[in-house]
Amino acid sequence: MINVAALTFYILSGVLLTSAVMVVTSRNTVYAVLFLILAFFNASGLFVLAHAEFLAMILVVVYVGAVAVLFLFVVMMLNVELGSLRESMRRYSLIGGLVGGILGIELMGVVIAWNTSPEALDLTSAPLVNYNGMSNTQSLGNLLYTHYALIFQGAGLILLIAMIGAIVLTLRTREGVKKQKLGDQIGRQAKESVRLIDIPSGSGI
Amino acid sequence: MFNIDNLWHEALLPTLHTMGLIFLIIIPLLLAVAYLTYAERKVIAAMQLRIGPNVVGWFGLLQPFADGLKLLHKETIIPTRSNPIIFIIAPLVTFGLSLSAWAVIPFEPGLAISNINVGVLYLFAISSLGVYGIIIAGWASNSKYAFLGALRSAAQMVSYEVSIGLVIIAVILCVGSLNLTDIVEAQKSIWFIIPHLPMAVIFMISGLAETNRLPFDLPEAEAELVSGYNVEYSSMTFALFFLGEYANMILMSAMGSILFLGGWLPPFHIAPFTWVPGIVWFALKISFLLFIFLWVRATFPRYRYDQLMRLGWKVFLPFSLIWVVLTASVLITFNLLPGS
Repeated sequence: MINVAALTFYILSGVLLTSAVMVVTSRNTVYAVLFLILAFFNASGLFVLAHAEFLAMILVVVYVGAVAVLFLFVVMMLNVELGSLRESMRRYSLIGGLVGGILGIELMGVVIAWNTSPEALDLTSAPLVNYNGMSNTQSLGNLLYTHYALIFQGAGLILLIAMIGAIVLTLRTREGVKKQKLGDQIGRQAKESVRLIDIPSGSGI
Repeated sequence: MFNIDNLWHEALLPTLHTMGLIFLIIIPLLLAVAYLTYAERKVIAAMQLRIGPNVVGWFGLLQPFADGLKLLHKETIIPTRSNPIIFIIAPLVTFGLSLSAWAVIPFEPGLAISNINVGVLYLFAISSLGVYGIIIAGWASNSKYAFLGALRSAAQMVSYEVSIGLVIIAVILCVGSLNLTDIVEAQKSIWFIIPHLPMAVIFMISGLAETNRLPFDLPEAEAELVSGYNVEYSSMTFALFFLGEYANMILMSAMGSILFLGGWLPPFHIAPFTWVPGIVWFALKISFLLFIFLWVRATFPRYRYDQLMRLGWKVFLPFSLIWVVLTASVLITFNLLPGS
């Protein structure tokens, strides 16, 4: 019996993991970002398989459509040298390995916990239990705006603060920049703009 | 365990059915793209008191095919300093995306390849990916003009997506569903263009910017950037960009007619209008919006870049944000929220 869903899952997750490895190992930074985009796509495919179509689409819209575009933008503009990249790779390999190792151990802990205590797995799907028969989008909205309204608003505020911070960091008013001011343009009157001058012939103004 | 009959009925037959549907949509779409280029030349010619293509076939009707054949048998040039793999992928991405969005467009009740719950989000996601074809092309060409065009286009398309997103939110607030069929059905009593007229205008202008059409065609600005991101492309690779741009125009028009003009619904639910099949109404609405695209091209000069950004971020974004809040407030105040 061929299970098409399982086959799709293995293809998607296989490509996802491969492209995730390629993100960190590819020597061309633009390739790395392109592989990151491929990874996002496969993750969104996995969401679709799990009937979480809203999350799948939002993942594509937010991460592929906006965040990765900015990554690509920056990477293309910076044109990172390969030599310096290898240099920094050597320097940070120890601390990077340490962080990766801790993450790996934690993930293994999660898997062991799921296997030893099956009730832990139920906790992950608990919030959606009451919303059976609704579409994925409706149940998410119902949860976010009722149970988690405060947390949701808090997350929004954090993003707003980050945005304001980025604007504050980059905003500087420079002198002598010719910038179009629409208000000034529209509010301009003929009286203050046009002068009639009698110029005697043979001399300038 | 391995049942070939089962496999046929469960996996292969639906796949073949879907592939048949895909061909049924893609072939008329490509014909429509070909004749959109013809229509563009004819319409603009009429507006400028010229004749337009009139030599190949009757009234020049075979001109698009002549152009296509010409592009097909030209040499594909790949610049030596370019990145050949990505250089080839870029036009494929543009063209593939412009076709894949049609998977969810409902032409009539029940007549869509896939009637998914999050149809409008899918459309939004696909249209937000369109920027990749252009930015990748600009980078892979390894040419200053192409790169500048690509950067301009990336900034422009990301900016205008924001207002398109807010327009979509304002519409789906009145529907209560992300399903495209539901969005059309919700307009049975009144098309959304009437209560949401300002949003329809913003959508149309953002659609012009999103598809890089005049007056927002800064990515290709012939006068400054030669031809922008596709300057290094020739032959079929160029043709794919060209076809992709026109297919995107048709897609934007289809989105506009689904969101604001009631999709396949006739304007009045009385006898002579209801005799016409829905798909004809849909095609007529798409053609009308496409005519606006061409009309705008013949009418307006190109925007300056800073003005383009100002319009997107300082005019459309606040206005559509306020409109979303206003829509939600009105719906709650008068207890009109769908599904409540």
